[in-house]
Order: sequence, then C-alpha cells, then structure tokens
Amino acid sequence: MSLLQIDHVSRHFGKLIAVNDVSLNVEPGELRAIIGPNGAGKTTFFNMISGFFPPTSGTISFDGENITKLTPEQRVARGMARTFQITEIFPELNVAGNLRIAVESAAGFRMKPWLNGAEKKLVADRIDELLTLGNLTTSAHDEVGALSHGDQRAVEIMMAMALRPKILLLDEPAAGMGDQETYDVSRLIRRVHREQKLTIMLVEHDMRVVFNLADRIMVLAEGALLAEGTPDEIAQSDVVQQAYLGKEADLGKEAA
Amino acid sequence: MNGLKQHYAKIIVWAILLTIPYWFTYIGGYLGLANEIVIYALAAMALNFLLGFTGVLSFGHAAFFGLGAYGTALTIKFLVPSTLVGLAVGVLTATVAGMVIGALIIKRRGVYFAMATIAFGQLFFFIANRWNSVTGGDDGVGNWHRMPINLGFTTIPLFHNSLVYYYFTLLLFALAVGAMGLLLDGPFGRSLMAIRENERRARFLGINIELHVWISFVISTAICGLAGGMLALLDNFVNPRDLRFDLSGVLVVMAVMGGMRSFWGPLLGAAIFQWLREVLSSHTPNWQTYIGIVFVLVVLFFRRGILGFKLSTVKS
Repeated sequence: MSLLQIDHVSRHFGKLIAVNDVSLNVEPGELRAIIGPNGAGKTTFFNMISGFFPPTSGTISFDGENITKLTPEQRVARGMARTFQITEIFPELNVAGNLRIAVESAAGFRMKPWLNGAEKKLVADRIDELLTLGNLTTSAHDEVGALSHGDQRAVEIMMAMALRPKILLLDEPAAGMGDQETYDVSRLIRRVHREQKLTIMLVEHDMRVVFNLADRIMVLAEGALLAEGTPDEIAQSDVVQQAYLGKEADLGKEAA
Repeated sequence: MNGLKQHYAKIIVWAILLTIPYWFTYIGGYLGLANEIVIYALAAMALNFLLGFTGVLSFGHAAFFGLGAYGTALTIKFLVPSTLVGLAVGVLTATVAGMVIGALIIKRRGVYFAMATIAFGQLFFFIANRWNSVTGGDDGVGNWHRMPINLGFTTIPLFHNSLVYYYFTLLLFALAVGAMGLLLDGPFGRSLMAIRENERRARFLGINIELHVWISFVISTAICGLAGGMLALLDNFVNPRDLRFDLSGVLVVMAVMGGMRSFWGPLLGAAIFQWLREVLSSHTPNWQTYIGIVFVLVVLFFRRGILGFKLSTVKS
C-alpha cells in the first residue's frame, strides 16, 4: 500500500489554477523529488500535503487514512513532518533548546507543567541522539540565529526528525546555499533516508541535489503533472526537455 | 531561565520585597505605596506571561483586573463578609470572563487580537460605570472593608494592621508568581515560548496554537483578577477606573518598560511607574507626560526594557 496517495488534487486561487488534477503515490522508503519551473505549483502542492490549506478538489490519503481536511497539527500527530523553503526555527534559542521543544512536543509533553526524572532523561537522551544524527553535537549550545545557513537547515531537519515522522517533507532544502552547504545538506538527507529508512518527499530547484538523491522524480509544469519516473527516465524524456529543462537539459544528463 | 543570573535576581527581589516595609520610609516611600507596587507588579507580570512569554499583546487586561476588584468588593459588601471568599469570587469572575472572551477572540492575531481586547475591556468599563444599582456607577463601591481572617485559634488582623495586609498580599504574590515561574520553566512554558518565537514552526511541531494561547490568556486573566481583588482590599474601595482601558495601557507600559523578556522586568516597571507617579503627581498635574518621556527613553535606549539584557530563555 502506498504511504501517501494523492488523487486528482486541484487548487484554485480565484481564477488562477495553481495545481490542476495531479495524482501521485509515494511508496514507503522512497525518496521522491518534485521539480518544475517557477510557478509550476510545487509549493502549492506541497502546502496542501502538509495541511497549510485544503485542496479545492481531490483527496489526500496518508497511511490508509483520508487526511484531506486535517489541520497541520493533526497531520503531525499521524506522522508527517516538514521543513520550509525559508528555514523556520526558533532563532533566539540555542540548538539544543530548539530540539528540546520538538522532542517534548513529540513525546506528548507539550501541555505538561513539569517533567519527572524519567521524562527529563528521555528528553535529554533523545536530544543527544538528534544532535549526533544531525552532526550538531559541537554546536549544541550555540544560538541558532548565529549558525551558518547549512547548520540552521540541519537543525530544522532534526526538529522534524524529532517527531519520528513516517514521511519527511522538505521544501527546497538547499535553497539559497553555496556549493559546500548544498553538498552537506544533500549528504544529511541521504544519511537520514538510508539510516532511518525514512520516506522523504522534497521539492528542489537545484538539479544536482535532485538527480543525486531521488529514487523517482515527478515533474510539474503549469500546475499539471508532466512526467514521472526514475532520474534516468526524466533526464532522457523528450517531453521534459522540451517543456522544462530546455537549456538545462545537459546539466540534468551530467548529474544523472 | 538562565541559571545563575535568575537565581541572584530571585534572591535580590525577595530580599527587597520582604524587608521593604522597614526601610521604605527612609527613602521617601510608605507602606501603602509598597503594597500598590506589589499589586500592580503582579498584574503586569500576569500580562507579561501573555505578552512577553507567549508573544500575544492584550490591551484589555484592565477588564480582568477590574472584574477581580468588583467581584471581591461586591461579594464582601452584599454576599459574604469574608476576605478569602471575596477574593475567590473575584478571581473566578475574571477567570470565567477570560475563558469566554479568550475563546471568542483567540483566532485573531497581532493588532486584531489587541483591538478585540480593547473592545471587550471597554464593554466591562461601561457596565461598571452605568449599572448604578449594583456597581455604584461612577461613584464606585464603598462602605465595605476587608475582613480579618479567622483561623479558629487566632485571627489575622488584616483590616486594622496594614503591615499584616502587606504580607498577606506578598504571600499571594509569591504563590501566583511561583506558579507562573514554574510553568515557564517546564514543557508547557516552552511550548508558549515556541509560539512566541515562531508560530509556524510551533504548529508544524504539532503544538495546538489556539489551545496554548487560550490557556496562557486564561492564566494571565486569572492572576490579573487576583491582583485587582488585592487592590480593592487594599483601598477598601473600587471605582470604574480600575477597569478602564488606560489601566490596560499602564500595565503594558510597566511590562515593556521593565523588560518583557525578563521574568522580573514588569516588577521593576511597576515600581518605577508607581514611584514616579507618587513623586511627580505631588508637583504637577501633568505627571503622565514625564512618565511618557521616561517610557520613550527606555524604549529608545533599552529596546528590551531595563532588565532586558540578553537572556537565553531556554537552557539545554
């Protein structure tokens, strides 16, 4: 059974059709990328999946349950976590403080006035695990606002991982990053994907990241599904090259 | 809370509050002023629970302060001549009002939330000001006074001994402030700070924003109501100005001036405000102008308030 099943989803903003009748299945353990030129509807599509707003029509099922109308919190509770194109963290707290809030929320402690010894230990151990997983141990006590862009992204991804998601949604994880940072973030995503056998779906502009990481790629153009396949198939697809990759076609082949 | 610094701050604050009745007169103060400072500080700290630690601005907290005051006064005058029952009714009134109003406006954010709080605040002011038969209208509620507390084996002389009343308010202050401090140091408090820091991220960590803000609002209004009841008992009198919107503004000024990101900031803000009011108002009817100037200077030069030196609020 597919983990995430999207059936004939559309989203209209007034007269603008941002996403038009897109269907998609994501299998457990898969790393799926969505690409497409600016304005293709990638972000809208992503926001519907994570619960920012509901689709105008169509259904979204997750883990066998129809989640089309659920709030973001309810989706988080069912095992969905996401990051944002512009990193969303708690800038005035340190790295461990950021993770602490995520860990406590994930453990169901967010309404508790205080924690007992065992609960405190549970939280502390989980924070350490995440610091290790994200290569953040040395900067645990640094304020995140002062970290590099790449490390901030690592913190955000680890906050999402704190939720022990069944699927991780990454909205342009390498946006605005230099070569080294892009490389580091790609490696982190690959590591999380392999070590935790985690299903990941990402939207990305950087073709190197996409063709390096993805098991399957879906191409959106003008709100509609243009093509879907393995990186090789996408790189060699005439439709995709004509409609989207254009001059970038060479780059796609190179990376593949 | 930042460990050591917070620890010292706590010791200093409590040393001052516990001993102030014995030395305040030497620097030109008096017991009643100290008592007012404690009471307004509690109201400002309660407001700041919402403003500084949840990131939600209310411009209507005078309503809950006033409901606490009227609830206490009317109960003692007409229903049960007991200080504790009066206070309990006062706090309950403010809390229930907080729950209902909170539920009605919780979906609004930022300026819209603040405007809605002003509107509800004014509603209660007009009720108090116009409903002459119960609230005494513009004349307020007089001809009653706080009652001694009978413990069976002894009686606490709250009414005839102002010093005893001061320590009574300080005890309530300690309980309320202690509860807020405890909450802010735990997971619930961190969830609130998460909402303040980044609402979107908090939501996508599974935190129910509306529920958390609502609870924070209710806690804040309950403690504000307690402070209002305490002021009514201090004065043995209530008038509609205790729930007028300018008091809401004063509470915000106290919190912002003292430092809304620091736990004790509003206490300092309240002390400075009440002190300036006392000193200036004996010289000029325009005392508010001067407080305004001080406020502007503080906001310009200490952007995080007087106690606003940078504190990392969540330790690892």
